Amino acid sequence: MAAKVHQFDAVVVGAGGAGLMAALYASRGVRTAVISKLYPTRSHTGTAQGGIGAALGNLEEDRWEWHAYDTVKGGDFLSDQNAAGVLARDAIEAVIELEHMGLPFDRTDDGRISQRRFGGHTNNETKKPVRRACHSADRTGHMILQTLYQNCIKEKVTFFDEFQVVDIIMNGNVACGVVAYEIDTGELHVFHAKAICFATGGWGRCWQTTSNAHSLTGDGPAIFLRHGLPMEDMEFYQFHPTGIYGMGILITEGVRGEGGVLLNSKGERFMERYAPTIKDLASRDVVSRSIYLEIRDGRGINGKPYVHLDVRPETVNRYLAEAGESRRIDAAYIESKLPDILDFCRTYLGVDPVKEPMPIAPTAHYAMGGIPTNIDSEVLSTPDGNVVPGMYAAGEVACVSVHGANRLGTNSLTDLVVFGRRAGMRMIEYCKNTNFTPLPDEPDGSVRREIERIRNANGKAKPHEIRAELQKVMMDNVGVFRSEEMMSEAVEKVRELKHSFETDLKIDDRGTRFNTDLLEAWELGALIDVALVTAKCALERKESRGAHSRVDFPDRDDVNYLVHSFAWLEGNDVKTDFSRKVDLSLEIAPTERVY
Amino acid sequence: MKVTFRIRRFNPEKDSKPWWGEYTLDNVDPIDRVLELLHRVKWEQDGTLTLRRSCAHGVCGSDAMRINGVNRLACKMLVKTLGAGDHIKVQVEPILGLPVIKDLVVDMEPFFDHYRAVMPYFMPKEHVPADGRERLQSPADRERFDDTTKCILCACCTTSCPSFWANGKYVGPAAIVQAHRFIFDTRDGAAAQRLNILAEPDGVWRCRTIFNCTPACPREIEVTRAIGEVKLAIQRGV
Repeated sequence: MAAKVHQFDAVVVGAGGAGLMAALYASRGVRTAVISKLYPTRSHTGTAQGGIGAALGNLEEDRWEWHAYDTVKGGDFLSDQNAAGVLARDAIEAVIELEHMGLPFDRTDDGRISQRRFGGHTNNETKKPVRRACHSADRTGHMILQTLYQNCIKEKVTFFDEFQVVDIIMNGNVACGVVAYEIDTGELHVFHAKAICFATGGWGRCWQTTSNAHSLTGDGPAIFLRHGLPMEDMEFYQFHPTGIYGMGILITEGVRGEGGVLLNSKGERFMERYAPTIKDLASRDVVSRSIYLEIRDGRGINGKPYVHLDVRPETVNRYLAEAGESRRIDAAYIESKLPDILDFCRTYLGVDPVKEPMPIAPTAHYAMGGIPTNIDSEVLSTPDGNVVPGMYAAGEVACVSVHGANRLGTNSLTDLVVFGRRAGMRMIEYCKNTNFTPLPDEPDGSVRREIERIRNANGKAKPHEIRAELQKVMMDNVGVFRSEEMMSEAVEKVRELKHSFETDLKIDDRGTRFNTDLLEAWELGALIDVALVTAKCALERKESRGAHSRVDFPDRDDVNYLVHSFAWLEGNDVKTDFSRKVDLSLEIAPTERVY
Repeated sequence: MKVTFRIRRFNPEKDSKPWWGEYTLDNVDPIDRVLELLHRVKWEQDGTLTLRRSCAHGVCGSDAMRINGVNRLACKMLVKTLGAGDHIKVQVEPILGLPVIKDLVVDMEPFFDHYRAVMPYFMPKEHVPADGRERLQSPADRERFDDTTKCILCACCTTSCPSFWANGKYVGPAAIVQAHRFIFDTRDGAAAQRLNILAEPDGVWRCRTIFNCTPACPREIEVTRAIGEVKLAIQRGV
């Protein structure tokens, strides 16, 4: 059966913040379609809580240069400084544009966009935390996603909802389309396009405990890897310090931004020891490691692997008084600033954060690495910066790299609006100056065969068994702390699981209509490939930097590793390259990273 | 504890009509959520069981379903709230009033058609400020429509509404909530247009104030109140 063929100038894959932003911009100039495996409003951007970083300076002095510096420092100096500059500069305009699109930000008393403190964002002169996170209660991502989708409806952008992209189409080295699986009917569709933008988000489901949605399975990176395209900086994966213990659901850093503190079993505010200046508002990698060390040294609550996050007004006010600040908070304030967090804790834990501390532990949260791009969101095919004509990527799936070795809180939302916008603008320019590249013969052939293999798979290994093993080994061996031995073991284990997936898979549903058994299995294949590349890159980077923390190489090594990794999947093997130098154009010199 | 699920099943490729499947799970923790347990049924017992889900913590709105006769997000429903004892029974069905595609998956298009019909987007009253900065809005004006900004379009409210069950052309509570979010935003200038749309026969007046929608909302939006405010605005202006 031949696939139905559609033709658009630009095709955007994924309908989260980056995809919708790219689509809004691209659709103003060229015929654009958005393809998403979920209804757009289900995208994971909607779960982002605390804020979007931009140096608006609405409550105190702030400058984009400080935001850029904090981003680079937060990234443990692996961020490309040209990209960090673009992020911080464009952020101001992009956030104001969101307000112009109708986004209901919280307001200051004089009616401006309200801003709060967030981890790692500072006044560079005083070194004190600065109010930079523009927010809408603790559902900022929800508001961004809703606002962008609303504007897409207003501007009549074309959507293919519940179409899962399963392949890209290349003609030689030029991108010319994608293949999508229509979930309702099981039919394959070919989308012929001049420009394609991937905005498929992250792959937190590689790990056992994650804040990520079930749908975040690394589809984009896996598809690219299978076409011989490289990934960048895959070893850098962020564990957010405050996930609900045992579940991984995110508790925003905004809790600490509002004055919440982390306490161990002795009731000590232990971050005072690890980050004497900004304490609980240190970078996420630093806080996650500190929590692990507290637990390792027997100071987890009741001997269990978690600590407390305390935002009770009496606790917050005690520390505010100690710090000499005049501000005081009460329960009503917490209710108004953190309503969703209170709801999560009350629903899932039966814990009321206004009266009790929350049990938290680090949770797999965000990919700093991904599809390599330049500051115009063009996809790179080589470490020296060649681009794949017609191919773009933005948001979490892309590695520009602004986040370097560790992303600062609020910068994910900033990244997706800033670089989604740039992708959209660039695609218009490209489409206007380019003709359609012809499709190759049978563009859906290889993915059709793979889907039929899965549909008829009748071995012994069920997808959930393979997935559970994968998630366990990644959590235990490629998590917050890593070593050569742990990661070698992980690489071997993931290879075994890949073999089992390819030769011994079993699924139950052989149908065509809404076959989620089949799609979950296909997504598992993506997770395995992405996990293999992650573990291998982590093994090859013999230093500790940002979120990549090795017990056998505890120090940062700027002599050998002030470079990005590139990785290619070659069958069961991963080829790596450490030649791409970090951009230092803002002249921020790497220094010891203390908070 | 032990849980037996009674699940409404329908596979359009095999079944001429829906049927009930029973699945028993051992080793259930009282704080397990219904979504996790449905995953266990799918993964451990029958991979053909079909449902939508994504974020798994009540924010994306994918997994609205009828659990023991009331609309809930499966990921926000702890099994301990569904009964006490060593062995409980839980009934799960698709939400009502939308065509079933397969098992717990319904066709959401009619729901989103109603949503799109109420102009669910910002229509600014004034041009952007000359200095290029944000429009100003007082905290009190912002607060006026805060409740309805929480909507995640999960359809729990609309598909709990007897008026919607009786007449699928009724725009339904979710679309009215979305319209409310803009009608009461001081920056917006298209309230009159939206109120005209909602004053049509299939608009707000199909609401009979039955109140099913409010307890169905997983975001605790006061849906009936929002509908009431829109009704008043039609009669008296914003």
